[in-house]
Amino acid sequence: MAMTMTTMAATETASGPAGHVPPSKMEVSGLDVFYGANQALFDVDMNVAENRVSALIGPSGCGKSTFLRCLNRMNDIIEGCKVSGNVLLDGNDIYARELDVVQLRARVGMVFQKPNPFPKSIYDNVAYGPRIHGLAENAGELDEIVENSLRRAGLFEEVAERMSASGTSLSGGQQQRLCIARAIAISPEVILMDEPCSALDPIATAKVEELIDALKQDFTIAIVTHNMQQAARVSQYTAFFHLGKLVEFGETEAIFTNPEEKRTQDYITGRFG
Amino acid sequence: MQLVILLIALGAIAALGYFLARRKLLGGGTGDTAIRPHSMPGYHGWYVALWCALPSLVVLLFWLLFEGRILEALLVSHLGPEIAALPGEMLGLLLNDIRNLAAGDAVSRDADPALMAAAERYGAMRTTARAAMLGGGLALAVAGLAWSWRRVAPAFRARHRVERVVRGVLILASFVAVVTTVGIILSVLFESIRFFSIVSVGDFLFGLEWSPQTAIRTDQVGSSGAFGAVPLFTGTLLITLIAMLVALPVGLFSAIYMAEFASPNVRNAVKPVLEILAGVPTVVYGFFAALTVAPALRGFGDYLGLDVASESALAAGAVMGIMIIPFISSLSDDAIIAVPRSLREGSLAMGATRSETVVKVILPAALPGIVAACLLAISRAIGETMIVVMAAGLAAKLTANPLEAVTTVTAQMVTLLVGDQEFDSAKTLAAFALGLALFLATLALNVLALYIARKYREQYE
Repeated sequence: MAMTMTTMAATETASGPAGHVPPSKMEVSGLDVFYGANQALFDVDMNVAENRVSALIGPSGCGKSTFLRCLNRMNDIIEGCKVSGNVLLDGNDIYARELDVVQLRARVGMVFQKPNPFPKSIYDNVAYGPRIHGLAENAGELDEIVENSLRRAGLFEEVAERMSASGTSLSGGQQQRLCIARAIAISPEVILMDEPCSALDPIATAKVEELIDALKQDFTIAIVTHNMQQAARVSQYTAFFHLGKLVEFGETEAIFTNPEEKRTQDYITGRFG
Repeated sequence: MQLVILLIALGAIAALGYFLARRKLLGGGTGDTAIRPHSMPGYHGWYVALWCALPSLVVLLFWLLFEGRILEALLVSHLGPEIAALPGEMLGLLLNDIRNLAAGDAVSRDADPALMAAAERYGAMRTTARAAMLGGGLALAVAGLAWSWRRVAPAFRARHRVERVVRGVLILASFVAVVTTVGIILSVLFESIRFFSIVSVGDFLFGLEWSPQTAIRTDQVGSSGAFGAVPLFTGTLLITLIAMLVALPVGLFSAIYMAEFASPNVRNAVKPVLEILAGVPTVVYGFFAALTVAPALRGFGDYLGLDVASESALAAGAVMGIMIIPFISSLSDDAIIAVPRSLREGSLAMGATRSETVVKVILPAALPGIVAACLLAISRAIGETMIVVMAAGLAAKLTANPLEAVTTVTAQMVTLLVGDQEFDSAKTLAAFALGLALFLATLALNVLALYIARKYREQYE
């Protein structure tokens, strides 16, 4: 199965020598985004490291969600949104004319701010992606994918007895882990998370954070968060956005202990934003 | 005439009361201004104005309701016992003549002196009654003004009283609609009961032959009348089915296009145009069906070697389908738009295409709304009259062939009630029984639609 191979390759990379700089999974350069006449992002250059968690922080409206949505072209469905610049996935331009956005999104999955399970059963929610992409040859394989995904999302034990219950009947934290299970069921290479914990209570948040930490073994993760502690806890790289510009980007430890820019310092110490 | 004077006077007194109350409350310099009034001056004004107008208007309403009957009773008691003993219709005719005579209109019999005297007496009584109404109404208004004006004081809770009246008016308004509905049901019900005393319920509901002509003279042949409604119901169902076959795909697909695929510019241009369809009078659809669609279908049928009646279920059903497209598209559009954006994005982010998203996520989520839209459209199609009268024919044939002429419940009701009628024959009363059946069917569909929409609606916060 394709997933197992990815897993093995990923484990190898992650267990490389200490201080080893991981290769970039996605490379962004000169990215400008316009919503109609408003420019939301100005000339952003940033790389997303493979099998690491990159956190995007910054005050509301700074463009961090916009940046995230450029990585799997979710901005395409917003009326009047114009993107220019280079976004490469494994060295290939994802805004290239011949690229199929459906295949891109199968490789770059997304988890949203508000849990958004489909009004279907828990099983059908997770099986949604594998079904539309034809990942399972038969019912047994599909069962396996669903169970695997739920296990990796840490939800299987809680829902094993009621796979046919509606996904919307779960609690908020469970719904968000269901959405994560749904995203990893199609074995993407990158998972984008747009404030995945902002609608959750502290306990559910802790569970999702643990999950993110475990998932970076197999996936490249980019997460937008308003919660600075969360960024410090889960990420290896942090990018600070302000007013549509990438102010500072580097290893999380460096950003939080010894930022180069005064604005970054002010923001992470809570002086503005 | 007195009525108009009274209404104008009531308005004037109410306005006067409004200003008097305001002035009293605003102090007139008596030192009361030190206390902050419980209610704004306007509320006190309205309180007094309402007391001026409302009691009078209520009395006036009852006066107008019962005046005629009381005057009649007085008149009959004056005319003497032999008149009062006349049968109902004769008495009614006589009273009608007296009224007309009093008003100076044409009369159906020779005006003998007794009649003239009665008319004169009636006229005099009427004049007195109207004068009494005018006087009483005005007196009541002035009394209301005086009484309520005395109560105006800073501590008086005028606002609560006015709010109560406002609530009463709102309740009354909704009550009128409900009472009217109940009234319609009851009138149809009672006439239907009369019909079912002539024709049994079983014959009506399960009879296979519909031929409502009854003999006018006893020597007429072959018109005993048959009131089996099954051919009408099957005709209605056939046409409704054809209409839904046209309207459901077209309406649903256009709703999906509008909600999911169209750019805002296209949507803003096309949606109103589509909704114009809902504004076309049904009689226009009717002659479109009868004069354009039906001949075209017959010509096409000839070309294929099919025998198409010049008034066919297919023509009527197809045009009716076009008529109900806007119902389905507009209501389905609302249901689709109500599906949260987050579900769309969730599906698209999984690498689903737009149409996969529509089929697998959006339509299931919007299904209750779409089903409700369809049921409402069906009940609209069942009740539609003009198109079928003009295009479906009148032959009550029991057939499932859409190329033949069929008739519907509504079309038969029209033919039964058009022209001069006698209201004690089964032929006329049959229309009420059909109406009752139709009403119950559409009522059931509407209730079902509401139930489905409410029960299966996904709760999105």
